[in-house]
Amino acid sequence: MTVQYTDKPIPRPALWGIIYRSSGSLWEGVKEEKFLIQKCKDCGKILHPPRPMCPACHSTEQEYVEASGKGKIYSYVTYNKSPHKAFKAPYSVILVELDEGPRVISNTVDVKPEEIEIGMPVEIAYEKIDDELTLYKFKKAG
Amino acid sequence: MGRNILEEYMNRKYDADIKPSPQANLIKDKTAIVGIGETEYSKNSGRDELDMACEAIKNAADDAGIKVEDIDGLETFTLDRTAMPFIVSTLGLKNLRFASEVSFGGGAACAVTLHAAAAVATGVAKNVVCYRALNEASGHRFGRGDGYAKYMISAPTPHYGYTFPMGFCTPLSWAGCWGRRWMHEFNVTYEQIGWWAVVLREYANKNPRAIFHDKPMTHEDYMNVQMIVEPLRLFDCCVDTDGAAAHIVTSAERAKDLKQKPVYILGAGQSAPIEQEIQTIYNRPVISGLFETWYAAHEAYRVAGVEGKDIDVAELYDPYSLGGIMSLEECDFCERGDAGNFIEGGDNIRVDGKMPTNTNGGLLSEAYIHGYNLVNEGVRQLRGQSYNQVKDPELCMVTAGPGVPSSAMVLRN
Ligand SMILES: [Zn+2]
Repeated sequence: MTVQYTDKPIPRPALWGIIYRSSGSLWEGVKEEKFLIQKCKDCGKILHPPRPMCPACHSTEQEYVEASGKGKIYSYVTYNKSPHKAFKAPYSVILVELDEGPRVISNTVDVKPEEIEIGMPVEIAYEKIDDELTLYKFKKAG
Repeated sequence: MGRNILEEYMNRKYDADIKPSPQANLIKDKTAIVGIGETEYSKNSGRDELDMACEAIKNAADDAGIKVEDIDGLETFTLDRTAMPFIVSTLGLKNLRFASEVSFGGGAACAVTLHAAAAVATGVAKNVVCYRALNEASGHRFGRGDGYAKYMISAPTPHYGYTFPMGFCTPLSWAGCWGRRWMHEFNVTYEQIGWWAVVLREYANKNPRAIFHDKPMTHEDYMNVQMIVEPLRLFDCCVDTDGAAAHIVTSAERAKDLKQKPVYILGAGQSAPIEQEIQTIYNRPVISGLFETWYAAHEAYRVAGVEGKDIDVAELYDPYSLGGIMSLEECDFCERGDAGNFIEGGDNIRVDGKMPTNTNGGLLSEAYIHGYNLVNEGVRQLRGQSYNQVKDPELCMVTAGPGVPSSAMVLRN
């Protein structure tokens, strides 16, 4: 199954009205159905979540590499009661470890909560909410 | 950066090289908690938070035997919704010279005491009161996703932008995510984690202050209650509470002449190890542990010059059962990955067990005053005033919120 929404607004990435410069690239990429991972241009360290300075070498130069979109479920939870007026329970939230290393929070597409297992291979699937927002979700790897 | 944080954590070896010497620490043994106070803990106070904060502070001053006017420092959470100026004018404080607020939600629960002690030890203030008042049950419920962004966060936090749109928006679920991984890696069962809630309820049943004083709960009751966010059930959650609690910190010197037996601060520390977020820290090499708790606890041990095995009673921050359970490992009361076995059957954390823990009923069954009620219980234990009194304890470990920049302290009598 896939997360079902109510008619109430889904929380936006700019939760407090701000999209940080370093977060912007990820969300812009997702709109074009690309998952971009931030890397330090100087030392090559993967920076996820994205940030304005590399904590290893303090460089402020970054580049972005497109992830394969493949990964494995690293952990997950299932809400039996909805914690937020925009979402209908039950639904699951998964933590996916991408093949490139970063772990991302997401939801499953076409997977029932009881089918979810740690280690399950998944691949990215995009869900267009509206013109402003596309979300990255994961389906069973085919 | 030669120091590898993961190795340090996984090997349980806290690197002391770059840290100030414990001898240079002005807080250690030189500051004490001398008064504690609280309001009634309820589900619907019918009062505002200012009202409750002032009552708790007055009770703490009376308990210490100092005049309210002699309080010259105020310390609370950034999340507290009482305005300090009104505390000053309501209590009639004439000599305020120090005031501060600590961030990171429950992670501040011991940091407030540390900051108060730092002010006292450096001579900035004489008697600092730490207080926290909240109508979490009847008022601003930040445990829900809708309320969280509004009430819980004092600054915009970019990482929530990656979780809220996925419906991942409550502290319970954030904990469930690392908690599930911990259970998976160490084969911990639902039956095992249930013992935390059961033993804490036993403590609460003997503690008249506790919200769940009159409500017994068996292990079977636990297993039968609904899951809120799998893997966590209703009885794994803290009890939303209206109330306030306070404690007063002064110098060891002044403490000698006051009403109660002083409880000295032997060591305290704050921590924010690496890849720090507010509870959604999933990009550390491992997530099956509480780095912040381990670091804060070991800083407190290092300053105190003691180890986990020296502790007689523990008050561990448990906003949900797993936070408290996993803290048993991080404070070295059992091996990493062994807390499920450690609490099975409950005896190890009961009052005559290996490590009596959360002897007031904890945040699950006494009250959720953001950890302040755990500090007060730690003080009571060391004074010999607990409803679930451990026999002659000398050292008490108190921890603060897990998964956020956190804090911990070792108290001695
Ligand atoms: Zn770099």
